[in-house]
Amino acid sequence: MIKYLNPSYIFNLTGKILNLVKFFIIPIVIVGIIFSLFLSPEDYIQGDAVRIMYVHVPAAWISLLCFGTLSLLCIINFIFKIKSMSLVFKSLAPIGLTFNIIAILTGALWGQPTWGTWWAWDARLTSMLILMFFYIAFILSYKFIKDPINSSKICTIISLAGLINLVVIKYSVIWWSTLHQPASVNLAGETTIHISMLIPLSVMLLAFLLYSALIFLMKYRIETIRVKKKGLK
Amino acid sequence: MLNIKTKNRIIIFLSIFTLSIILTFFLLKTLRNNVLYFYSPSEVSKSDENSLKNNIRLGGMVKPGSVVTDNNEIKFIVTDYEKEIIVIYQGTVPALFAEGKGVVAEGKLQDKKFFLAKRILAKHDENYMPPELKESMKQNAK
Repeated sequence: MIKYLNPSYIFNLTGKILNLVKFFIIPIVIVGIIFSLFLSPEDYIQGDAVRIMYVHVPAAWISLLCFGTLSLLCIINFIFKIKSMSLVFKSLAPIGLTFNIIAILTGALWGQPTWGTWWAWDARLTSMLILMFFYIAFILSYKFIKDPINSSKICTIISLAGLINLVVIKYSVIWWSTLHQPASVNLAGETTIHISMLIPLSVMLLAFLLYSALIFLMKYRIETIRVKKKGLK
Repeated sequence: MLNIKTKNRIIIFLSIFTLSIILTFFLLKTLRNNVLYFYSPSEVSKSDENSLKNNIRLGGMVKPGSVVTDNNEIKFIVTDYEKEIIVIYQGTVPALFAEGKGVVAEGKLQDKKFFLAKRILAKHDENYMPPELKESMKQNAK
């Protein structure tokens, strides 16, 4: 068990995974783009605008996934005080923020031709915006609070509040009337996307996941080297 | 197995967590009316007279066969399959505006049955499918 938590063991392991990710990412991105731009049909009512979905939905999912992971890591870090955890969430937060912003921007681009507006203050959109502020607060608090104990406490509180916001994001379209449509892909229930559109969506999700893994591993290794250079704190 | 400090931290964490969940719950309960993006026709008909003065958003389905366009003016019925409200709007509607589809109208109620819209937004549902499939579904329905 101790062996697997050893930073240099993890460092070597991340190097191997990184090579694997590098090998797979470009073919999968190309396949994803071909599928979503050329092979997938247009929607019966939205036409070609539906193709924005293949970027918008994976980006939104990954931003939620990143924040969920981040909060869990923060809580584990708070309870069990595992030092190397802070490296993980420092590498994870910028990825989540980037995808959150991508989701909001592509959502605006999608909203204009379909709904007739760039932005609406409905529950789903507003809670996504709040998540963005949580990300920003989180990043600022580990960047600018020098004392590591204080900063990790503040990070934990922010991530905890954000975790509740995640639940609000997920159920916002069910609890309240919103302009945003309800979820189309349900793991438990019925999925309302036709299979010819679900395949490009899944490939794009995989491509986005690989991209996040790539950035995450690179960032994680850089942070590890930085800590080693400074003398482990 | 766990030492006393870890146990304490678990207790602190759980208490903060429960507290924040309760807080959020009450916050959202109080804010309920502000969180709603639009009201359905039945909610509008239940509301008191004061609500007529303010700008509100009305949402529901465009009743099939109810859309009448006249010059620049468009008139249709918004329904939630219980109550219906007539909406009048001047201007262009979004591309996705169609009979039998969701719509959100921003504007003012003239009375409980009559809504003067300043802006129309189209609401689309969670179904995505290619056009050919929609056609064959229509034919099967016939």
